[in-house]
Amino acid sequence: MIKAVSPTSAATKRESGGALGFYGVWLIAAAALVVLPLIFSSGGSLTSFSLIGIAIIFALSYNILLGQTGLLSFGHAVQYGLGGFLSVHVMNAVASYDWPIPLPVIPLIGGIGGLVFATLVGWVMTKRAGTVFAMISLGIGELVASSSLILRSVFGGESGITTDRTALPHMFGWTFGPQLQVYYLIAFWVMISAIAMYALTRTPLGRICNAVRDNPERVQFIGYDPHVVRYLAYMFAGFFAGIAGGLTAINFEIANSAYLGATQSGIVLFAAFIGGTAYFFGPILGAILVTYLQLGLTNVTTVWQLYFGIIFIGIVMFAPGGIAGILMKHRPLIRAGTLRTVIPSYLVAAIPTLALVLGIILTIETVARYTASEGEGNTINLVGIPFVATAPTTWAAAAVLLVGGFLVARITWRRVAEAWDRAATVARDRGYLA
Amino acid sequence: MAELIVISTLNGVLFGMLLFLLSSGLTVIFSMMGVLNFAHASFYMLGAFFGYQLTRWIGFWPALVLAPLLVGAVGMAVERYGLRNTHKHGHVAELLLTFGLAFAIEEIVSMIWGKSPMDYRIPAALDFPAFTVFSTNYPAYKIFMLVVSVVIFVALLITLKRTRVGLIVQAALTHPSMVGHLGHNVGRVFMLVFGVGSALAGLAGVIAGPSLVTQSDMAALLGPILFVVIVFGGLGSLPGAFIASLLIGLIQTFAVALNGSLASVFGPLDPSLGPSPLTDIWNVTIAQIAPILPYVLLVLVLIFRPMGLLGTRES
Repeated sequence: MIKAVSPTSAATKRESGGALGFYGVWLIAAAALVVLPLIFSSGGSLTSFSLIGIAIIFALSYNILLGQTGLLSFGHAVQYGLGGFLSVHVMNAVASYDWPIPLPVIPLIGGIGGLVFATLVGWVMTKRAGTVFAMISLGIGELVASSSLILRSVFGGESGITTDRTALPHMFGWTFGPQLQVYYLIAFWVMISAIAMYALTRTPLGRICNAVRDNPERVQFIGYDPHVVRYLAYMFAGFFAGIAGGLTAINFEIANSAYLGATQSGIVLFAAFIGGTAYFFGPILGAILVTYLQLGLTNVTTVWQLYFGIIFIGIVMFAPGGIAGILMKHRPLIRAGTLRTVIPSYLVAAIPTLALVLGIILTIETVARYTASEGEGNTINLVGIPFVATAPTTWAAAAVLLVGGFLVARITWRRVAEAWDRAATVARDRGYLA
Repeated sequence: MAELIVISTLNGVLFGMLLFLLSSGLTVIFSMMGVLNFAHASFYMLGAFFGYQLTRWIGFWPALVLAPLLVGAVGMAVERYGLRNTHKHGHVAELLLTFGLAFAIEEIVSMIWGKSPMDYRIPAALDFPAFTVFSTNYPAYKIFMLVVSVVIFVALLITLKRTRVGLIVQAALTHPSMVGHLGHNVGRVFMLVFGVGSALAGLAGVIAGPSLVTQSDMAALLGPILFVVIVFGGLGSLPGAFIASLLIGLIQTFAVALNGSLASVFGPLDPSLGPSPLTDIWNVTIAQIAPILPYVLLVLVLIFRPMGLLGTRES
């Protein structure tokens, strides 16, 4: 015990000296948002950055529910979509009545749209947590999504409602016609929303949300109503989701019923969970990864959604902390200096694991080409090697990679786990808690 | 009018029984294991596609037996290699696992069979009108569906309530370690329960496939309704699920059959009003709102009776 005390205090000292580091992270993030489009200035990357920015706000707002309050929502896109629709209607109204509302304010209106809807339905929805809440959110989501096809004058039916972002009053001479200006508008809102949501986690409300997630009964004992806390969290989440929806409406100049649908709700759940819900930056990583995969994989493969599903299942089963969880697990090891004892086992495990992953990809692609997409030619180009989907050699190669990779990888994974245990024990002995 | 009522009642009961066949498997799994299986509707879809494929290879009757067994095997594998390992992370992790699975199954099915509807036909032996009501021929296949659903339901109830197997299964839920000490393999019991629940969904798929449409979005269409059924009936309550299934089946069939709108009852609005939410609501027919009725029902029951119709637990 005594041996452990002094390094622990050293560690806390380093922690308290981290105020500079803390603001540094935000400053670096802000600088990165400003500089990124100057480095990658092509139209494609600007579009990607804009989408990623919106996805970050949306995923962070989702994490107010899932990560911080423990509410698993299957209908979060409702607030996002309604925020988008309200923004489009307001934008059209501003343009036709010449109201003095500039475009940068519009996302706030989207946020209010999400907030109002969350306030209306939230009280009933947040009565109970857990699986019941999950199903109710699914039901409300379906209700709104199906109603949107009936109320054609509000939601524009199948085709949606269009708008023109340049028709609004200009601000500082910005027309918001070029994608670069829209990007900076999105980046501005990403920064504001992220800071606001981070600050929210530091407030007493944010803390009591965590307590409601972990043990609602005890929260009741200390005099708070978990239902009210969940309701407040739901409203905040709805507000920020609405901001994301408003930004999407500005970005695409359209809102349609797909914004409200189950697919959109599913993708934000994927993003938040794959990134990791236990840390604030988890959903940011997830949003970047999922948007990037969405954009990147659609060009490469027809079955990109299947890869999504597989990644998601893999994360749920093997790394419930998500990417952020995996990264943060290494922090005590880095501090204790024992990470280098683990890295060799990683390198050894990487080879069969890579073979397994290639096997999975080859199998999926072979089946996909063999069965459904006949017209697209059946040659698969994997890491530079062409495979013909109908050839028996391809099937054999896929099977060897899949089965062989799995059998060898399983042995190496065990070694990784052993090396991990040793390194973590040493780190714990030196006072760096995992 | 009488014709409409009789036909709609028949169809509603039929759809309700199919819903019940599905929600019974879901309810059993939920009340036994506490797992809300998001992929249940996907097992139903797998049943329909396996049924279609096996019917093409070996005929309908062998497919009727084999396809549910295959789906049951898939379900058991999911329990053994997925849910069992996820259990330590809690029920939300299990729910997420089945959510990812539902997503993956939909993609795999559309990858193998494509996105267009399958040509899954009613077997020739059952392709004749059973009886005629008000000059409408009522197909024998629908009667067959009804009979299968009722038989399965009765068998399930008897097994759970009256047999030794049911006794062990129910005990394994409340006192797993005691059941384990008595020499029963609790893990295997759970695996079998999950397998049987999935097989029930698969069976529903095989028999519903030719009657409804067999295509890769059929799980996404039916999945949310199933959750409405079990929340509406009360989580974990088999009789509640039964009542809720029939009710939702009837409501939806009647709504589809009715063509009335506010405009048809009170006369159209002044056309000078132009398109607005008011005219939308005025002109929408009951048939058009049929898809949202179950969800309206869900919201209402949650406001006035949060535990569902026959549910006993608040959460």
